Amino acid sequence: MSVRFAIPVKVLLIVTALALSACRNPDRYGGAGSGPGGSGANGANGAGGVSSSALGDPSNPASVAYFNKSVGDRVHFVVDQSTLTDEARGILNGQAKWLKTNPEYAIIIEGHADEQGTREYNIALGARRAEAVKNYLISQGVAGSHMQTISYGKERPIAVCSDEACYAQNRRAVTVLSVGSGT
Amino acid sequence: MTARHPLSRLLGLFALCLAMSFGGSAIAKVKITLDDPVIEPLPYAVPDFIAENGDATKLAHDLARVVADDLTGTGLFREVPSSAYISQVSSFDGKIAYSDWQAINTQALITGAVQVSGDKVVVKFRLFDVAAGQPLGDGLQFAGSVRSWRRMAHKVADAAYSRITGEGGYFDSRVIFVSESGPKDARQKRLAVMDYDGANVQYLTDSKSIVLAPRFSPTGDRIIYTSYASGFPRIYVMNAGNLSTKMLDEQPGSMTFAPRFAPDGRTIVFSQEKDGNSDLYTLNVDTGALKQLTDAPSIETAPSFSPDGTQIVFESDRSGAQQIYIMPAGGGEPTRLSSGKGKYGTPVWSPRGDLIAFTKIADGRFYIGVIRPDGSEERLLTASFLDEGPTWAPNGRVIMFTRESEGAGGTATLYSVDVSGRNLHQVPTPGSASDPSWSPLLP
Repeated sequence: MSVRFAIPVKVLLIVTALALSACRNPDRYGGAGSGPGGSGANGANGAGGVSSSALGDPSNPASVAYFNKSVGDRVHFVVDQSTLTDEARGILNGQAKWLKTNPEYAIIIEGHADEQGTREYNIALGARRAEAVKNYLISQGVAGSHMQTISYGKERPIAVCSDEACYAQNRRAVTVLSVGSGT
Repeated sequence: MTARHPLSRLLGLFALCLAMSFGGSAIAKVKITLDDPVIEPLPYAVPDFIAENGDATKLAHDLARVVADDLTGTGLFREVPSSAYISQVSSFDGKIAYSDWQAINTQALITGAVQVSGDKVVVKFRLFDVAAGQPLGDGLQFAGSVRSWRRMAHKVADAAYSRITGEGGYFDSRVIFVSESGPKDARQKRLAVMDYDGANVQYLTDSKSIVLAPRFSPTGDRIIYTSYASGFPRIYVMNAGNLSTKMLDEQPGSMTFAPRFAPDGRTIVFSQEKDGNSDLYTLNVDTGALKQLTDAPSIETAPSFSPDGTQIVFESDRSGAQQIYIMPAGGGEPTRLSSGKGKYGTPVWSPRGDLIAFTKIADGRFYIGVIRPDGSEERLLTASFLDEGPTWAPNGRVIMFTRESEGAGGTATLYSVDVSGRNLHQVPTPGSASDPSWSPLLP
């Protein structure tokens, strides 16, 4: 009996460990694994996880899916700018309202840039964009302690053409919600 | 003299070099001046090396081919094919039939010999100034493991290049870069290192985290880079010998990126993001002493030390757009360097100190260019949909950079160009590649 139980318990522990590390790790683009070099040197906090939040039913106004689609999880920017447009403020007003009603989520704001810039400048530019969104949400009453920012620069475009139609989609800040560590 | 170098350890090899006194020192006739506006490729011959024992037959041919690839690859030399040879070199110590080589318009002749015993190789070479009818410099001998045979060929080519141009070589060097795979919206990246010519590729990390912009330390014993392994962009230091990796201590803020070593190998300059704003800091890795160099609401990043360590060139958008500035290495009022139309970024100081390479963006095109540290003589060397991130060859005469193609299927490749703007060519890599950084010349 003990042999038969040993495996499920081990699996459960691994799943728990992965879930915990995923909560701490905002890099939802990373795969699960150890740090650079595969050495495991950064294993504990290097397990880049896919975000662990359940999307839920998009017709349920309290679901993450509803937030992403109906409230709108992202705002866009003009070239080289981190200033919020009127349209962006409108979306963020909706985000703030929703986040105050649903305060149990941890919030990571990702800043992104289009490919028409140098790599490291774009990291800095994405950080500016994420911060602009964070500050605006705070000004609308969302607790700053629930929010972290990260920049991906031009490393994670969502639209891949080399035209303004795609660049405009890639110059974005995305509000990513995850469950369980909102405090 | 044995050279035991960290980069050598990375390859698990060693090189031994002995000077053999040989020949006189009359006036050389064979010469290339790299600053000449037009350079006619210099005709040279490198016959298969002499195999001094049976095990060396294949290497005797392969060594000569790598030497030829190095020299011809510069665009400064033109190989006279073996089909044109009148006389053969059948003995390393035999007399050179200069008139036979003059008759086929050969100006420089490289001869070599190789001996293999077990996993040890000994390579000897001599360079001859055919027009002057005399050797050019002493013969040289290199010894190492069989695995290091390409390095020995590069050392032969470096010696020939150096004697003919009067400048340092760059063939026995490595390039660290980011190897890329996967589609544009789910790109996987990992660190890799290779010989300057694309041989001996070795992967240093897996693809689980985004990695960016690696750099060698001044002696090549460490590699510094940005990784998202912790979830946030942070700076890591890798030991080039055993590949052990650790996150740099004393990193304030949640995002740190764009790290570069100072020439002292102990100081690191980097960007730190705080409340959305990026400024430049230095960290002494021995003492942990942290110093903030810039304090501005603008973006300050992509720093590079001058080779004497007294100044830092970097990019800032304090004027409203990305431009290049120089400040004292300890911080202080920056002076703007770039003044042309468009945006300027990723400045990298040449190891010779005479030029700063940069990326320029204007009218939706990207350019690699160079400019004097006093802001004069800006010259653009390349142009494409997306060229960025120059790095200098150890002799400051060649620049490697990332070229990315346009569109949904766009991929990154490495390119090389002379500082004169000549000899633009792709550097072979096993797959897509970006963010190259050239090592110092190996000892």
